[in-house]
Amino acid sequence: MREVAIIGVGMNKWGELWEKSLRQVFTEAALLALDDAGVDKIDSMIVGCMSSGLFIGQEHLSSLLADYTGLAPVPAARVESACASGGLALRTGWIEVASGLSDVVLVGGVEKMTDVNGNEATFALGTAADQEYECYHGITFPGLYALMARAHMEKYGTTREQLAMVAVKNHANGSLNPLAQYPFKVSVEAVLSSVMVADPLRILDCSPITDGAAALVLCPVELARKLKKPVVKIIASGMATDSIALSSRKEITWIESTYLAAKKAYAMAGKKPEDINLVEVHDCFTIAEICVIEALGLVEKGKGGQAVESGLTALQGKIPVNTSGGLKAKGHPVGATGVAQAIEITKQLRGDAGPRQVKGARVGMTQNMGGSGGSSIVHIFERG
Amino acid sequence: MPTPSRYWREIPQRYRLEAAKCKGCGVVAFPPRQVCPDCKGRTFETVTLADAGKILTYTIIRVPPHPFADQAPYAVGIVELDDGVRLTGQIVDCSFEDLKIGQRVKIEFRKVYQEGEAGVIYYGYKFVPA
Repeated sequence: MREVAIIGVGMNKWGELWEKSLRQVFTEAALLALDDAGVDKIDSMIVGCMSSGLFIGQEHLSSLLADYTGLAPVPAARVESACASGGLALRTGWIEVASGLSDVVLVGGVEKMTDVNGNEATFALGTAADQEYECYHGITFPGLYALMARAHMEKYGTTREQLAMVAVKNHANGSLNPLAQYPFKVSVEAVLSSVMVADPLRILDCSPITDGAAALVLCPVELARKLKKPVVKIIASGMATDSIALSSRKEITWIESTYLAAKKAYAMAGKKPEDINLVEVHDCFTIAEICVIEALGLVEKGKGGQAVESGLTALQGKIPVNTSGGLKAKGHPVGATGVAQAIEITKQLRGDAGPRQVKGARVGMTQNMGGSGGSSIVHIFERG
Repeated sequence: MPTPSRYWREIPQRYRLEAAKCKGCGVVAFPPRQVCPDCKGRTFETVTLADAGKILTYTIIRVPPHPFADQAPYAVGIVELDDGVRLTGQIVDCSFEDLKIGQRVKIEFRKVYQEGEAGVIYYGYKFVPA
């Protein structure tokens, strides 16, 4: 397999972009990435999108987006793994370059979520859970993560305040990210007094509904050096699947797919958790970040809440988590999230992250998750 | 709106709690599967789920999906039945404040939701405190 580099990144301001269509939002990000890479020709394109069919009644995104980005007739594919669709797009693009099938690949992610009302968006997101045996009984995504949160609190003594601290930390980071949907700080008190969605989770424990896109240009490391681009290498890609129904898993508080994806990625990269300088994780809900840092081996099982409280995962902490603001503050256009995570790590490893720069960052990691943990994708990156 | 076949094909599970017991290792799969999640065996016998168990975790849904709009707030939990099978379902006939992890519940057959005034009425299992 060939070594693969990221040579271009592109992301637009995320939010409720009522004036822009899916194709516009995507094309903006794609053009930014192509300009950043300094290429005008690519061999292939991969797009991650969870549910354009339910959100805007549009499938066949592969060709639509190749056409509107001016890249047709290149081969294009749209991939889906619920909220991990963006991470899967990156993995698919990486496979294509690493295998030698293509040299320059555009990897993008997009979701346009505000063309439907809140009920319909809740329904569309719910399709990541088991329709016949979870959704049939009235569960929602905040509800599934609330089930995990209550079990984690019972089993490990994780506190309601520790959950809130995840949101506080990620909003503090997000306040330094001008592309974030909600670039402002929140307090523990604000989280704890926000409206209840699914006990014990409140609205400020939840990532928002977002329109947005993100894109990357990948090529072999050899070619990146010839182009004299700052090189960020993708040194590992790991993925694992699990039952999409939370009740079918052995442990409600443990995300086995993340653990297995990370195990593969650490082995491929020849790295250990202590070698990682910063991580972007899938904090769709505050409890998710706590469970994920445990499954990634960054902290001991059951200690995720304490880690956040102690400042271990803060921007100035030993292992900064979600320097971009995470899904919580940056926003969560589901198909774009996994790609945007890789953009944050690329910026950090290039030393381009501005006021949220982690000093001396050499190795970064992303973790993108589908549903309540039915799929997980982990990538490890290194400054070249 | 889905065709009725989507509903009636699940009736053995939702009305009669029919599960598949692996002939190889004895694990009970609900809903039934064609491949055992544990030993990967492919032969099963039909068994009926235990009708009681304990709450492993629960939540109160305050922001419901559309079909449940008229029911919120309502409790949903994951219950471990006495045969080891875990189910997601509503916990009813209880006050939210009294719910506890570990609490005993039994399964009852109830209306789950309905499609508008004249649409299909969906039935299934719910949990009530034992």
